[in-house]
Amino acid sequence: MPTNTINGRSFEVDEEGFFVNRDEWSEDLAKDLAPLIGIELDEEHLAPLRFMRDDAAASGVTPTLRRMQTVGGFDIKTLFALYPGKPAKKMSWLAGLRKPVGCV
Amino acid sequence: MAKLLILGAGTAGTMTANLLRKALDASWSITVVDQDTEHHYQPGYLFIPFWMEPERVVKDCREFLPDGVEFVEAAIERVDPRAQQVHLADDRTLAYDWLVIATGTRPDPTLVEGMAEALAEHTTVHQFFTLEGATALKAALASFDSGRLLVHVSEMPIKCPVAPLEFAFLVEDHYRKRRLRHKVDITYVTPLDGAFTKPVASKELGGLLKDRSIRLAADFAVEKVDAQRKVLVAYDGRELPFDLLVTIPPNVGQQYVVDSGLGNDAGFIPVDKHTLRSVEHERIFVLGDASDIPTSKAGSVAHFAAEQFVGNFLAAIDGRSLPHSFDGHANCFVESGRGQALLLDFNYDTEPLKGTFPAGLIGPMKLLKPARVNHLGKLAFEQIYWNMLLPGRKLPVPNEMSMAGKHLPDAGEKE
Repeated sequence: MPTNTINGRSFEVDEEGFFVNRDEWSEDLAKDLAPLIGIELDEEHLAPLRFMRDDAAASGVTPTLRRMQTVGGFDIKTLFALYPGKPAKKMSWLAGLRKPVGCV
Repeated sequence: MAKLLILGAGTAGTMTANLLRKALDASWSITVVDQDTEHHYQPGYLFIPFWMEPERVVKDCREFLPDGVEFVEAAIERVDPRAQQVHLADDRTLAYDWLVIATGTRPDPTLVEGMAEALAEHTTVHQFFTLEGATALKAALASFDSGRLLVHVSEMPIKCPVAPLEFAFLVEDHYRKRRLRHKVDITYVTPLDGAFTKPVASKELGGLLKDRSIRLAADFAVEKVDAQRKVLVAYDGRELPFDLLVTIPPNVGQQYVVDSGLGNDAGFIPVDKHTLRSVEHERIFVLGDASDIPTSKAGSVAHFAAEQFVGNFLAAIDGRSLPHSFDGHANCFVESGRGQALLLDFNYDTEPLKGTFPAGLIGPMKLLKPARVNHLGKLAFEQIYWNMLLPGRKLPVPNEMSMAGKHLPDAGEKE
């Protein structure tokens, strides 16, 4: 597996750049990563990421957008405004989680 | 007398009843509850729009339960885990010592704005995850001979996650054979970032949609179905016009699971993914699609899990620690059209890989590659399902996934 380094911090990633080890993530690291996809991580952007981190720690899987809405209380349209285009993928990447996948 | 109650007489519930009747002595009573007496061969739903007669997938579920198992036909209203009781809709109450929940998942189109209403009209919006839906879709395909056809997945997880992709390949083949392919524009619409999302599969099969001239609309988070304007609308504002929409509604757990406070937000019951024991209630195990285990919701998973479950259940009732750890093994035939199919074999930790699969009956099958032998395997599975799988007979396939014949992506293998 390749390793990425940004501002002196290294973390292992898969072929698409998603974190392999959830524990190598930190909020500071996310703040450094966000500009790479054109996002400035303020509190509003961080809130869904924090929910995803806590939820995935308990369930072992990246939460779906529906779960973000029903359990996390986030409005899906707001998530699309915060993370335009592909919020599920962008947020998993920034939260240090695996992207949502199917079985194949 | 000790009481085992099994909720659901589908694939998982029937297998469990058969396996446990053999494993438990006469001091145990086993009761199976289901709201109706029909058992559907659900893999057949995929073929009904094309050629399979709807009657062929339906049998009486009681035929597949062994002697010594009582069947109760009733809808389930609520489980009370503290009192160890199940309340039925007809006001009866059944007590249990141990409970197996195997009531699966169901499509819930009410979760997407406009979807349930549009499906009810049976005109331009269809689904095939119910027998009624698959039957209506057959008629719709027969009269649809030109226009834009969308094959759409609302969200994950769904039962049989490859079924929509199989439908896309089969419907492409359907119009090719009818010599109407040039008049029917097919798009596969998914909330994921591609039709194939695992690295090896996306590398091997990524070109398959393009080869068949099936368009891909990825990262499509559906907001609503607008049946009046005949468009599918995404949260990001994208609109996909259609003349025929074949959708897979969101899949959720049963209502009584939610009403009993047993499920997560989608109605799936949290369990230990290696033992299938409820996280909250030690006298409840969940088999099949009803649990939240992170693998495919599929009959093969239920089958592999059920055989290991028996050993764990016998240990649990003796108060011993559970000896077996389920690895999430799944094995699926994926119809790819043109009389061929792919074979997938994977588990919690290993993605679908290339190579060969040592199947006992018809010889080695090709993994992750369209082949005639895999299609024949899929067709043969119907008889295996009724005659071997449901009665709990041993299949010539190991319960734990094996790496034999599989090619590791790092091996640098060329083909």
